[in-house]
Amino acid sequence: MENILEVKNLKKSFKDFTLNNISFSLPKGYITGFIGPNGSGKTTTIKLIFNLLKKDSGEISVFGLDNIVHEKEIKNRIGFVYDENHFYEELTVEEMKRVIAPLYQKWDEEQFKYYMKEFGLSPNKKIKELSRGMKVKFSLAIALSHHAELLIMDEPTSGLDPMVRSEILDILYNLIQDENKGVFFSSHITSDLDRIADYIIMIHKGEILFSTTKEELLERHAIVKGSLSLLNSDMSKNLIGIRKNDYGFDALAADNRVAASFKKAGAIIDKPTLEDILLYYTRKENRYA
Amino acid sequence: MNIIISNSSDKPIYEQIVDQIKDHIIKGYLNELEPLPSIRSLAKDLHISVITTKRAYDELEKEGFIVTIAGKGSFVAAQNKELLRESRIKIVEEKIAEVVFAAKSANLTYSELEEMLRIFYEEV
Repeated sequence: MENILEVKNLKKSFKDFTLNNISFSLPKGYITGFIGPNGSGKTTTIKLIFNLLKKDSGEISVFGLDNIVHEKEIKNRIGFVYDENHFYEELTVEEMKRVIAPLYQKWDEEQFKYYMKEFGLSPNKKIKELSRGMKVKFSLAIALSHHAELLIMDEPTSGLDPMVRSEILDILYNLIQDENKGVFFSSHITSDLDRIADYIIMIHKGEILFSTTKEELLERHAIVKGSLSLLNSDMSKNLIGIRKNDYGFDALAADNRVAASFKKAGAIIDKPTLEDILLYYTRKENRYA
Repeated sequence: MNIIISNSSDKPIYEQIVDQIKDHIIKGYLNELEPLPSIRSLAKDLHISVITTKRAYDELEKEGFIVTIAGKGSFVAAQNKELLRESRIKIVEEKIAEVVFAAKSANLTYSELEEMLRIFYEEV
C-alpha cells in the first residue's frame, strides 16, 4: 500500500508542550481520522506538515516528497480546510477566489463554479457574512477546484450543525471514490468519524497512542462495568481509565480476552464508540485508580 | 438490492453486509455474473468506511460467493447455488450430529428419534 503522507520521529518542543517523536503514515484511498483532546498536538502536527512551524527534528514526506524541499509542489496538490477562518473577511467570495486561484497550477474554474452552485455559495457575499458551515464549504470548494489529491482538515466539522456535517461527509465520500486520493481529518468530535473513517490515529499529550484501522480499534476494545469487588489488583491492571463510585466501576479493556474474563466474573460488557475510547484513554482519573 | 445496516446490532457491520448479500444471492435476487457495486460507492451509499465494505467483499470472495477482477470490479460468482446448497447441507449434518448426541444421552431409541423427526419435519 502506498502512503500519501509519512511522518517519522517528528519532534517539536515549546515551552509547555512537546510533540514527542511521533510517527505515523496515511495510505492513499482512505480517510484517516486524527483524534485527540484539545491541546494534544493535532494542530501542531498539521502546521508542521504544512511547514508553517519549524520542526526540531524528524521527517515528513507528502506524496513521497520531502515537505520542505518540495514545499511548493506539495502545496499545489494539497487541499486545506481549517477550523478557523483564514480568508480576508472584507472580500467577497468571488474576490477571495481571485486571490487564491492563481496560486494553484491546476485551478479548474468550471469545477469551482460547479461547487459554488452545489454548495449554495453566493459569489457576491462577503466572507464575514458567511456562516461557519458556509466558510467550511468555501474552503472545500477551493480544495476540490484545484484537484487536491490529499485533503487535510483541521476540525472541519466542529461547531457545525448535523445537516452541514452530514453534507461534508458526503463530499468526502465523493472525493475518495478516487482511490488515489486521501483525507486526513483531525477532530475531537469523533461521531463523524465513527462511520466514515478507515484509519484512526490517536494523539494524547504529544504522543501517538495508536494508529490502526477503526474496525480493529472498535472490535478490540470493550467497556467493562461491574461491582467494585471485581477490581482486585490483578484484574484491574488490564483496564484503562477506571472510574469508581459508590455503585460500581466502569473502565475500558483494550483486549477482548480481558473483557471476556470480566464477563465471566459477572461484569457487563458494552461496545465502545470512538468517543468512549478517546475518553477512557485520556481520563485524568487514571491517576487515582 | 436492499442492504440495511443497523448500528445497534451485535453483529459487526461487515458481517451484516456479508449476510445480506449472501441472502440476495441465495434467493436469486442477484444472478450469476451480475456486477456488484464498487467497494467505494457502496461505502458512500451506506455511509460506512471503505475498509468495512472491503472486508465484507473479501469475506464473500473467500466463501466463494463473489469474484473480484482487478480493474473491473466484483461479480456474483458462477455456480454459487450448488456451493451454497453444499454449505447448507453441511449445517444440517452438524445439527443432526448434535441431535443424535442429545438423543443418545436421553436414551432415545432410533425409532423414537425417527418418529420425532417425522413430526417436526411435517410441522415446520
